[in-house]
Amino acid sequence: MTAKFSLGYFLPAILTIVLAWVFWSYLGEIKDGKSIQDLPSALIDKPAPTFKLPGISAGDKGFDSADLKGRVALVNVWASWCPPCRVEHPLLMQMAREGIPIFGINYKDKPDAAMRFLTELGNPYQAIGADRSGRVAIDWGVYGYPETYVIDAKGHIRYRHVGPIMPHDLAEKIRPLIKALGK
Amino acid sequence: MKRLVLLGFVIAAVIAASPVKAVEPNEILEDPKLEQRARALSKDLRCVVCQNQSIDDSNASLARDLRVVVRERLQAGDTDKQIIDFVVARYGEFVLLNPRVNARTYLLWGGPALVLIFGILGLVFWFRRRGKIANDGLSPEEEKRLAELLGQTGTEGSDK
Amino acid sequence: MIPEIGQFALILALVISLIQGTLPLVGAAKNRTQWIAVARPAARGQFLFVITAFFCLMQAYVTSDFSVANVAHNSHTLKPMLYKVSGVWGNHEGSMVLWVAILAIFGLAVAEFGSALPPSLKARVLAIQGLIGFAFLAFILFTSNPFLRLDPAPLEGNGLNPILQDPGLAFHPPFLYLGYVGFSMAFSFAVAALIEGRVDPAWARWVRPWTLAAWCALTVGIALGSWWAYYELGWGGWWFWDPVENASFIPWLVGTALLHSAIVVEKRDALKSWTVLLAILAFSMSLLGTFLVRSGVLTSVHAFASDPDRGVFILLLLVFVIGGSLTLYAIRAPGLKGGGLFAPISREGALVLNNLLLTTGAAVVLLGTLYPLILDAFGGGKVSVGPPFFNTTFVPLMVPVMLAAVIGAMLSWKRGDIAAVLGRLKIAFIFALIGVGVTSFFAGTLKDVLAAFGIGIAAWLIAGSAVEIAERIALFKGPVANSMRRAAGLPRSAWGMAIAHGALGIMVAGITASSAWRVEKIQLMQPGDVVEISGYSLIFEGAKKINGPNYHGDRGIFTVTKDGRTIAALTPEKRDYPAERSQTTEAGILTMVSGDLYAVLGDKNQSNAAWTTRIYFNPLVAWIWVGAILMAGGGVVSLTDRRLRVGAPKTARQKTRPQPNPVGA
Repeated sequence: MTAKFSLGYFLPAILTIVLAWVFWSYLGEIKDGKSIQDLPSALIDKPAPTFKLPGISAGDKGFDSADLKGRVALVNVWASWCPPCRVEHPLLMQMAREGIPIFGINYKDKPDAAMRFLTELGNPYQAIGADRSGRVAIDWGVYGYPETYVIDAKGHIRYRHVGPIMPHDLAEKIRPLIKALGK
Repeated sequence: MKRLVLLGFVIAAVIAASPVKAVEPNEILEDPKLEQRARALSKDLRCVVCQNQSIDDSNASLARDLRVVVRERLQAGDTDKQIIDFVVARYGEFVLLNPRVNARTYLLWGGPALVLIFGILGLVFWFRRRGKIANDGLSPEEEKRLAELLGQTGTEGSDK
Repeated sequence: MIPEIGQFALILALVISLIQGTLPLVGAAKNRTQWIAVARPAARGQFLFVITAFFCLMQAYVTSDFSVANVAHNSHTLKPMLYKVSGVWGNHEGSMVLWVAILAIFGLAVAEFGSALPPSLKARVLAIQGLIGFAFLAFILFTSNPFLRLDPAPLEGNGLNPILQDPGLAFHPPFLYLGYVGFSMAFSFAVAALIEGRVDPAWARWVRPWTLAAWCALTVGIALGSWWAYYELGWGGWWFWDPVENASFIPWLVGTALLHSAIVVEKRDALKSWTVLLAILAFSMSLLGTFLVRSGVLTSVHAFASDPDRGVFILLLLVFVIGGSLTLYAIRAPGLKGGGLFAPISREGALVLNNLLLTTGAAVVLLGTLYPLILDAFGGGKVSVGPPFFNTTFVPLMVPVMLAAVIGAMLSWKRGDIAAVLGRLKIAFIFALIGVGVTSFFAGTLKDVLAAFGIGIAAWLIAGSAVEIAERIALFKGPVANSMRRAAGLPRSAWGMAIAHGALGIMVAGITASSAWRVEKIQLMQPGDVVEISGYSLIFEGAKKINGPNYHGDRGIFTVTKDGRTIAALTPEKRDYPAERSQTTEAGILTMVSGDLYAVLGDKNQSNAAWTTRIYFNPLVAWIWVGAILMAGGGVVSLTDRRLRVGAPKTARQKTRPQPNPVGA
């Protein structure tokens, strides 16, 4: 009658331990730099969207999907009103100097503000498309600014980075990927 | 860490600019039927830059753009499913507040029924075992009398 | 100086809680009276020091002492006094201090009012409380110290998020924590009983008032939170199935189940191990909520600024408290033998059904809340679980609970006659049918038909509870004086139950009507424009600039008329808080029994001086909170029952093996 042992009674404790283990590993991932707000792109390994955008100022060469064919390239979604875009800008400049092709989508920006941004900080882009309505950004699945996409030679999206690119993102993710895709 | 802070800043900047105001008058469609469908659709689409809000409830600029896209496609004659697929193709299934039933969500959608069935089976089992223990001990009449005698405290005598 | 006193008080409280958590436990095991006797002064000491720390922090807030980092980050000199005070718990660190302060108050209450408890049980309960206090004090001191200084002190603070500067929200956390922490009492009693290896009706009688008190507070807390969301967030929603809301709702569901199953233990000496499990789970779910909100594992509108290091600490704390108690449960519970037999159709049977469905409901909400996290942790990608999931899975589970609540309350113990009970409930059934009939008469869509059933259930609950009371006081079956005498003699707990069940009906009516028949008008309005909504005319009189103590903005003025008569003015506002760099909307609301007129002022259209306005009619929406408050009121009425006094009634005093009192019909 007194001390009986029954496995069923251990079920709640076991469930708790399993759940705690899940939390533990999840917290570990977060501590290692995972952001729970990061959303994987729905377009990974899919062709980049088809679009055609005009340039920032009248008469500028725009940017369209055809530009992305035939080589590994970066597509960067930015705006002059976006403070983190300024943060990552020097890294974009550096990559451009190294000869990595970078294309820009200027998101919901005023032409003169965008031009001032580029005169002030430099222009790393081979071509820029002005997405005034934000529709092309929706086709890309853009939700945060800045966003940077790595496109392979076939014009497929291979990687998306949300938020400003920091030196370690460049060293650990973007550069190795560009290198691997370039082979 | 620094990266996290920065990213937090990006997202905070997007959210902070949006006291909840949702649908604007100029977005509303002329056709009340279409508008009603638009509202229903946008209630089930999550605003990806917000936290647990549908695009219908949010005034984030992206939510607004998506509301407009939904309405444009409705006017173009798309079905509800086509519109949902359109958004999912761009933003992934994360945008669905009503998650689709697929391999990733079997446990989610099946879970409630599973828990309930498990609970009912447990109860049935428990009742039967109790009944059996009681019947092994005493006849129902005796059992009843005993219970009365014990002032309904329990049936320790029948528990073997 | 004062912040240092506060910090020192927290350290002293930590030391005392360790003593409180160990000596009495050992003393009870080894039968050492002196060690057992440590519990009471320790509980007093813990109370004294934690409360001291709490008021030291409050002092820093009230005087805007920005040399304290916590104050500098969360307060501002221009903030109204109410929000300086409530700012204490409007942030992670301060809210944890409030948490342990409430825990200390409960500990003191057991120490002072628990004289009727057997000394060993009381010592063990206080010791478990001490251990919980130790864990949380350590958490505060090691990861979330509210008294850290800033040098140099800033001249001005960062302010409190303006949407949190609100009277409803000022009192929302204290009530919520009273509920969460109140469940720690049931938890401590459960663990103490498991250590003693004995659960009996007397135990249930001691646990039930604490659980009931905690449950009432949690009900009020959740209601306040939802009411706040309704009037502050600016689109009239009141429940979003947001993870943080769910984190408070799950303990509520488990607590409600516990409340009902403890009745069976008390009256029938059955369902013991189940009730003990629920007591452990109610508090565990409260702790889990704390973890989810503060660890940064999920995103929510309401989540605290999160830090994974804190998350690790709380997780360890969870494993220690929940894992430890459930392991103890696994070892000891099989030894608890249930007594009273009952047929499936009986009062007990109905309570078992209630428990089955409420715990299943809690599990469903838990599943929906954690699923995105679990899937992501296993690399399954991102998924959202929103209101549609909960509406299709949770709501159907609650329908039978409500149907059974009325029937169960009238079934007799052990073996009930359901046919007879249904016969006695004829009137309630007729009311329910009228409810369904009248509403479906106006129904146009499937949603309306479902809503009609919602109204029917509401009528069933309200009328059923009334019938139950009417029967017990023999209303209409003799002289009124006789009924009055019977009413006065009816146990308070019976009144409490009827009130709570009826209140649930009121709430269901509010939920159903406001979800199904809400009317919305969104438009641009120029001064003089009129909007017609649900029989009311709202004339937009224009908007003017306003200046508050720490904000400025615009106030729109609407005159509300019905049948040509002016009945009210609505003044929705749009506020800009420069210190916090954020905006809020304050809806203009006219609350009526039939529903709320709800006006929101949007942006001004630059070109033609028109304003975007959103006008809603939310039918019966106030019934939701009236119902919730009444429900808690029913709990309070029950608490005033002589047999249910907090701290164990004298009649239940038994030294060794308390015999359950014979339970009268």
